[in-house]
Amino acid sequence: MDLVQMQKSLQDYTKSLFLEGILDSQFLQLQQLQDESNPDFVSQVVTLFFQDSDRILNDLSLSLDQQVVDFKKVDPHVHQLKGSSSSIGAQRVKNACVVFRNFCEQQNVEACHRCLQQVKQEYYLVKNRLETLFKLEQQIVASGGMVPAVELGF
Amino acid sequence: MVCEMETDQIEEMDVEVLSSMWPDDVGTEADKQFNVEKPAGDLDMLKEVTIKEEPTIADLTKLPELLNSTHQGTSQITNLVKQWNYMHDNASRLLREELLNLDRQREEAEAKELKIIEDYKFESNEPENVPVLDETSDLFRKFRQKKRDVLVDRKKIEINEEFDTVAYWKQKALSLEKMLEASTQRERRLIEKLHESLKTMESHAAPVQELTENLKRAEGFLHFILQNAPIVMGHQDKDLRYLFIYNKYPSLREQDILGKTDVEIFHGGGVKESEDFKREVLERGKASKREITFTTDLFGSKTFLIYVEPVYNKAGEKIGINYMGMEVTDQVVKREKMAKLREDNAVRKAMESELNKTIHITEETMRAKQMLATMSHEIRSPLSGVVGMAEILSTTKLDKEQRQLLNVMISSGDLVLQLINDILDLSKVESGVMKLEATKFRPREVVKHVLQTAAASLKKSLTLEGNITDDVPIEVVGDVLRIRQILTNLISNAIKFTHEGQVGIKLQVISEPSFARENALNAGADEDNGLTETSVWIRCDVYDTGIGIPENAIPCLFKKYMQASTDHARKYGGTGLGLAICKQLVELMGGQLTVTSRVNEGSIFTFILPYKVATSDDYSDDQDEFSDMTDHQSEPDDTTEGYFQFKPLLGSIYSNGGPVNGNDFLPHKVMLTSPVKLINGLVADPSNNTEQSETVQVENGGYVDESKLETSSVHCPESAHQYENGNGRCFSKESESCSSSQASSESGTLEMESELTVSSQREEEKADTDLKETSKPKILLVEDNKINIMVAKSMMKQLGHTMDIANNGVEAINAINRSSYDLVLMDVCMPVLDGLKATRLIRSYEESGNWNAAIEAGVDKKTLENDQVCVRSTNRLPIIAMTANTLAESSEECYANGMDSFISKPVTLQKLRECLQQYLH
Repeated sequence: MDLVQMQKSLQDYTKSLFLEGILDSQFLQLQQLQDESNPDFVSQVVTLFFQDSDRILNDLSLSLDQQVVDFKKVDPHVHQLKGSSSSIGAQRVKNACVVFRNFCEQQNVEACHRCLQQVKQEYYLVKNRLETLFKLEQQIVASGGMVPAVELGF
Repeated sequence: MVCEMETDQIEEMDVEVLSSMWPDDVGTEADKQFNVEKPAGDLDMLKEVTIKEEPTIADLTKLPELLNSTHQGTSQITNLVKQWNYMHDNASRLLREELLNLDRQREEAEAKELKIIEDYKFESNEPENVPVLDETSDLFRKFRQKKRDVLVDRKKIEINEEFDTVAYWKQKALSLEKMLEASTQRERRLIEKLHESLKTMESHAAPVQELTENLKRAEGFLHFILQNAPIVMGHQDKDLRYLFIYNKYPSLREQDILGKTDVEIFHGGGVKESEDFKREVLERGKASKREITFTTDLFGSKTFLIYVEPVYNKAGEKIGINYMGMEVTDQVVKREKMAKLREDNAVRKAMESELNKTIHITEETMRAKQMLATMSHEIRSPLSGVVGMAEILSTTKLDKEQRQLLNVMISSGDLVLQLINDILDLSKVESGVMKLEATKFRPREVVKHVLQTAAASLKKSLTLEGNITDDVPIEVVGDVLRIRQILTNLISNAIKFTHEGQVGIKLQVISEPSFARENALNAGADEDNGLTETSVWIRCDVYDTGIGIPENAIPCLFKKYMQASTDHARKYGGTGLGLAICKQLVELMGGQLTVTSRVNEGSIFTFILPYKVATSDDYSDDQDEFSDMTDHQSEPDDTTEGYFQFKPLLGSIYSNGGPVNGNDFLPHKVMLTSPVKLINGLVADPSNNTEQSETVQVENGGYVDESKLETSSVHCPESAHQYENGNGRCFSKESESCSSSQASSESGTLEMESELTVSSQREEEKADTDLKETSKPKILLVEDNKINIMVAKSMMKQLGHTMDIANNGVEAINAINRSSYDLVLMDVCMPVLDGLKATRLIRSYEESGNWNAAIEAGVDKKTLENDQVCVRSTNRLPIIAMTANTLAESSEECYANGMDSFISKPVTLQKLRECLQQYLH
């Protein structure tokens, strides 16, 4: 693929992530923090987010599958996930976590299960998209191009 | 009847038997009565006899006997016939006698009737002799005829036979006699009547007597009415002198009244009015009614309904008036009460509806405000992103034109952010969320700093001056941030609208203003005492020699979104919220903001605020406290200095020659003079000051004017200096690399260059010494989320800081115990020990000097005790909460637990930068 075309498609793809509400402006903050001294900052943070979230989601699944659900354990996990997702701008995961926490407060096991599914779904979505995004970026870098700056005007 | 037929058969048969017993020649029912007494009944009896004897005839043997018997029977029959004839004659005679008797009786009755008729006739008609007689005779005949019609025919014949008898004539004579008698009687009556008429004639001959009688009656009636009517009546002559008066409740004797006028009799309210009213009626000649309230010594206050009518003589000339008065005081009182009640009712209803309306409006307003605040908040976050990104963009390599465009963009963004912050401030004040702080501060320094800051961005040839009278205390207690906000707002306003001359601040102590005294009275005694003993009222005038404000615009000056005129808004820009916020803040602090102005001469904005006076024994402490805000290098006399002046276009910026104290950026001004911008601005474009750019933008249609840049470059040293003194610790490297001389050379102002270089060199040296004295600020991030830590750390790095990390409250306490920090960013929700509790424990340590509270709370003893002696915090450590919720209740919780401020998550560069600017000096 032509470099310019790749850059264009990366831009479009990024834009679509914002338009779909998968990412929010906080992700731009991450991109701003990425500079020459720290060229892989975004992917580092996001990778950390993936690792952390995989673990949290695993723990959550286990906790909710218990005979007696200990909401004191569940809630901090959800809080954690909410904080992380909010920090990287994974807006839809964050929103799902907000709903999840409400049901944790109500100690509604059934609803929590549903929320967990929702959170997982959103998480895998954002994970998938971000991985694609990084792949595109890597391809551009590999072809010797610059990763285009995010447009501010959308 | 059909069904009854059989049962009643026997009866019916009886009836038939009975009916057959009646002879066929029986007449009509009507005749039966008469037939009963007829001899027919006897005939029947004979028949019966013969029927009985028939069986005996059949016996031949006894025939002679029978013959004898028959003879006997015949003679007996003959006897019987004789006897019957006799009896018949006798009966006839008796009947005739009876008839005669009856006739006589009838005649008598007729005569009586006649007499009655005649009497009646006389009563109804005039006596007329002949017709009456005729009529009566006719009547008589008619009567007779009628009577005869009723009688049985046979008897009628008998009577007709008697018609020509003596009795008839006798009868006739009798009746005639009676008629004569009646006639005579009538005559007598007529004579009587004549006599009577004569008598009446005689009585009619004396009418005066009768009239007199009538008059007497009428008088009696009138007296009756007058005595019982609760009214005053009077008759007055042309001069309104009483000729007659009647009063039900007389309080004056007649001689006191008669011949006098009202005015001569009474004194007091209403007398003149009634007199005038009577005169008016007299002149107009028309009767009229009026209600007049009298207030006289004689009968107190009473209301009379007075009816006055003019009186004319026969020639039609007015000769006086009649008047009638009725006391209606009670009725009037009642009526007035009713009216009042009705009025009250109406007022209450109106108030009720008004109240309902107000409630409705208030609810609507609250909702609208809430929405505005929410929206503003929602707008602020993305906008911060835009502005932040633009700022980051400005750090990259740009050509001149791009930079100019970017500057305009940043300044516009800043303006919108400022507007939104203003809106949020306003809604905070209005909803009562805004809390005032009480900190000690030095008014002189505040004034000086405000003027310095203003001078830093000044690009007009204005003199900024500060004048503080000696009686203003060195230190007072109040919400210094808000007071600075007000002062800065007023000063920047004044500068904006002033093109030459002076802008200044004047402080003086005044006595307690009247509005405050009223408030204090309402507030109650105990509060009052505490306040008056230690408080001082300071009046602050912010004056200018600017364009002034037309009088008619002053009332809407403090209204939101209003400027003196739309022309001004176009020409000078601005949000129109500044003054509204100032006013609300001043009022929130219990003061008053007023303005006096003259068009083309200038304006004076005055606010009066109460402050508590800091007591002298706290003095040593607040030195420490103020070490945060004020430069330790300040000369001692700086604290009492009463006059400062800042003039532009002078080699030395400060005319008072004192050391430079440019380190206090106001929180809400932070964005306008942010260090990053200053640094970058100095490298490429020294005019990078938002306030300037804002004005430039407005005046030049969006492009920065080269000449303005030149002028503004003059202020570079100051700006650089400010930053170096204030924030040099954080940005030392950058500041060294971008010296102000470089900046000024790039801006290309040759004349100024040497001077500027000199001054900036001097300041650079100073900055260096500063740097040696102060190390980089130490920041502690307390956060458990790895990703958050990574992001925050990276942001801090970009802002030129490094951070220590603690993963929970306990680690934070240990870290604070080990070394001294300048700022703590504290997550609220953490495992082990959350941010709120950790902050409380830290505050407790600051107050008591030991970690006992923390140890009690379960924090590891050893680590704390070991170092306890070494570190003794004397300053209040700024602790900034990082909270996921931005709701007011959550922020209140943060404040309540001893935190200084809070950042809502997710943390952005912009938020961090603002926070650092506010809390790191």
